[in-house]
Amino acid sequence: MATFKFELVSPERILFSGDVVSVIVPSVEGEMTVLAGHAPLVATLKTGIVFVQTTESNGKEFFVNGGLVEVNHETTTILAEQGKFLEDVDTGVLDAEILTVETRIAGAHTEEDKKRLHETLVQLREFKHVFEQRKAA
Amino acid sequence: MPSLKDLRNRIASVKATQKITKAMQMVAAAKLRRAQMAAEAARPYAERMETVLANLASGVSGSSAPRLIAGTGSDKVQLLLVLTAERGLCGAFNSSIARLARDKALALKAEGKTVKIICVGKKGYDILRRQFASDIIEFIDLREFKQVGFVNAEAIAQNILTRFNNGEFDVATLFFSKFRSVIAQIPTAQRIIPAEIPEGTKQTEAVYDYEPDEGEILETLLPRNLTVQILRGLLENAASEQGARMSAMDSATRNAGEMIKKQTTLYNRSRQAMITKELIEIISGAEAL
Repeated sequence: MATFKFELVSPERILFSGDVVSVIVPSVEGEMTVLAGHAPLVATLKTGIVFVQTTESNGKEFFVNGGLVEVNHETTTILAEQGKFLEDVDTGVLDAEILTVETRIAGAHTEEDKKRLHETLVQLREFKHVFEQRKAA
Repeated sequence: MPSLKDLRNRIASVKATQKITKAMQMVAAAKLRRAQMAAEAARPYAERMETVLANLASGVSGSSAPRLIAGTGSDKVQLLLVLTAERGLCGAFNSSIARLARDKALALKAEGKTVKIICVGKKGYDILRRQFASDIIEFIDLREFKQVGFVNAEAIAQNILTRFNNGEFDVATLFFSKFRSVIAQIPTAQRIIPAEIPEGTKQTEAVYDYEPDEGEILETLLPRNLTVQILRGLLENAASEQGARMSAMDSATRNAGEMIKKQTTLYNRSRQAMITKELIEIISGAEAL
């Protein structure tokens, strides 16, 4: 299988760096799969799961909350505003995150900020729902 | 000639000081490890961000470019964002950042430009206040935060963006100390508005697809870049501060040791001189009988 270089970076650390076969990315306009030789692209991300398929493993999953993905001919980079290994995420973490966004909406000054934060909130709630269903299944 | 009691007191007080500086050095060493890890972990993100931004910025050009990249077209009003520590006793750390900022401010003033200063950290504020009291428009206090993080950087970035959008300044420069090693911290000035596009980044000829669209992405990316650059400055500064404190306290401890040694020699000498003097007195008294 053709592979390409992929990096997942959050402000705190590099979560993943290495050669991969495919990456599934939660872009704002829907999920998309990046394979080797993908056309150059820049897209913003929503809250969701990044699924990374390497040659040897069954694939790794990461939780990202906002950020952006850049695909160019050599590498693919995700700059996540917030990123975690999916194993480290549970309902408690999501609830805490929802609460922070809610308090920030209450403290937001401009309408624009409020709208932006509200979008994040909706995404987070949606993700929590999906996450709970996944766990139940 | 100080009395023996004076000397004893002096030695005791230097010893007490040495204990304090030693303890401070060890605390700084422990904190340094964490601060250094944080600073190094933040580097890749800031660097990738720069690369992505450089790639994007080469695609947008002319009048369509957002003001955070292109600037306001003027450089009359300059904002200096000076990041320093909240505490002293860390060698030349604070003063070297403040000096760099002061030189820049004076140079700009000589060119007839307006200078506005925002101080983050009490020590830099204390130094710059003496000379630029009327130019400092805000002092941001981070004393209550044990570990500076993303939240702090975001608040500062928001503050600056609001000012920029209100047209309060044209160009913003960030001053902080880059952490090279425990003994080397480099005071650095970095232009953050308009965003500095690193020279020599290889231009990817690829034409990007944008999702949703170019303008919207740049609109979210640019403020974010500002936050990230400020965060990086704060983290580098935190590591530099601990490094500077560690080496300052190390040499203070060494100096105290030297002083103790000198004073002890002096103490022993004068004690022996006293004994000799008393012996002479007794012997010559006995001989006189």
